[in-house]
Amino acid sequence: MRMSHIPMLAAAAVLIALPFGAPAYILHLVIQILLWSFIYTAWSLMGRFGFVSFGHGAFMGVGAYVPALLWTYYDVTPWLGIPIGVVLAALLAVVIGVPCFRLKVVGHYFALVTLALSQVVLLSLVAARDITGGSLGFTPKAAGNSWYALQFSDKGTFYAIALILWLVGLSVWRQIDRGIGREALEAISEDEDAAAAVGIDVLREKLRVTVISAAMTALGGALYGQYMMYLNPETVSGIAVSLQIVFAAVAGGVYAMLGPTIGAVLTISLTEGLRVWFGVNFVGAANTIYGVLLVLCIIFMPQGIVGTVQRLKFREPPKAAPAE
Amino acid sequence: MDIYLLEAIINGILLGGVLALLALGLNLIFGVIDVVWIAYADIVMCGMYALYFLYAVYGWPFPLACAVTIAGVAVLGVFVHLLIIAPVLNSAPINQLLATGGLLFFLQSFATLLFGTDFRNIGIRLPIIEIGTIFLSFSRLIAFVVGLIGAIVLYLFLKRTYIGTAIRAIAQDRDIVGLMGVDQRKIYLVTSAIGGALAGLAACMLALQYDVQPFIGNTFGPIIFMICVLGGLGNMIGGFIASFIISQIIAIGGYYSNTELSYVLCFTLFIVLMFVRPRGLFAR
Repeated sequence: MRMSHIPMLAAAAVLIALPFGAPAYILHLVIQILLWSFIYTAWSLMGRFGFVSFGHGAFMGVGAYVPALLWTYYDVTPWLGIPIGVVLAALLAVVIGVPCFRLKVVGHYFALVTLALSQVVLLSLVAARDITGGSLGFTPKAAGNSWYALQFSDKGTFYAIALILWLVGLSVWRQIDRGIGREALEAISEDEDAAAAVGIDVLREKLRVTVISAAMTALGGALYGQYMMYLNPETVSGIAVSLQIVFAAVAGGVYAMLGPTIGAVLTISLTEGLRVWFGVNFVGAANTIYGVLLVLCIIFMPQGIVGTVQRLKFREPPKAAPAE
Repeated sequence: MDIYLLEAIINGILLGGVLALLALGLNLIFGVIDVVWIAYADIVMCGMYALYFLYAVYGWPFPLACAVTIAGVAVLGVFVHLLIIAPVLNSAPINQLLATGGLLFFLQSFATLLFGTDFRNIGIRLPIIEIGTIFLSFSRLIAFVVGLIGAIVLYLFLKRTYIGTAIRAIAQDRDIVGLMGVDQRKIYLVTSAIGGALAGLAACMLALQYDVQPFIGNTFGPIIFMICVLGGLGNMIGGFIASFIISQIIAIGGYYSNTELSYVLCFTLFIVLMFVRPRGLFAR
């Protein structure tokens, strides 16, 4: 614990100093990394217990579109709109989760059901093109620099919000990692029937983590929308986003607190780096490399990058909590 | 009856033929041996590019180009198994899904890198059949017939031949099959090759009616997974019928409102049926 303080303090110093010195472009990237890290962390809350959801695109879509639409058409402040979106996403998680968990739809069948859910949200957003703008995307009503509208002209404010959000995400991860629920969920992921036999309320435990994960994803989606000020069904919902969430989290490692964050750092810098180096002529280059890395990751390092590094470092199975 | 509705229904039937053909190979891979190729539709996309280049760019005769495409995609299927599925075969099925998901990313973006996002057409214009005032696409009719024949042949192959029996057995218990004197590795390779060949066949038929582009897999991928589950995994005839149910929902829904909403209806139906009849519509 003592030794690990030093890099942590250094990281904290960099994160605090960043908005004062860094160019806007770097700040923009870091904000994106923080927001996506939060969403990937949310996903890994479920993913680490083997509940692979391809439905997080749906939760993010709901979270992003609901406050934006409420604000633009009804002047409802995002301070109210975001909670509404988050609650709706949580309800969606309950509606899909209860029958799934009750009827033991698990593993890749659960993945397929949630995949269908992402498509339902994506296609509904496209179909409602009269209000959402369909595939052309949607730009929320601009309000300049306003706390009421949660829109800021300087990146610094948003950086602070994203940073706090990210820290909240990590602390939720830690709460679940430390709680008694984790033991229950690990037992469930090993063998549901056996877990039920020793008195674990399987439905309740699974539902709890699913709702938390969905609500966090919706919150992340909402702030992503507030920051980008442009929503597109393809970039905040649907299969593509769901896959992106799953893969970044898995590549980074779902068993460690910072795994999903590392996943976000790697994927976003890879995409940006290749875009800057090769320009737009090589639009597919980043994802091509990304795809190969993913296959290799799944085959050779199912624990993800952080998990593998930890195992090499400590020579022990990295299922345990991150080093303290 | 409204003539346009009738036309929508008939076109729905023909779209069903296309979907059935697409679902055929997936039903063998996913349904029978329970290996999840989430990138199946993108493997079909590779086949469509192969056909496009062989036929439209290098000017090979169409039947030869088709044959080479089918063989090529079959080989691709074997590679997918050897390189991606085999290493994760003994871990949770979700890992197969994730690994082939990486393949999906790779194929789509590699195709974008190589060929750009242009829509390419192989340039065969098959005649439109006109019955009374209804117009039918001949290429869809061919896909329909090929899909039907494919389903029957595959059904007979699985039920009547030794290797078909072994394929069905390996789905039930991977380990016990070995004790019965079946070489599992060989069965997996043969099944992957057949599944790939069927993807190639679907690619040839699909290229007759759709332009090739790197993301065409996204149009069909989710739908054909739904079809396999609805028809009952591994049930070829059930999958064939499920294709028509789905295609009718799409066609009639598209007639009454818009295409996206009819897809929404399909996916919602899938979710509900997963809960109500998880073993497929036709399970006893």
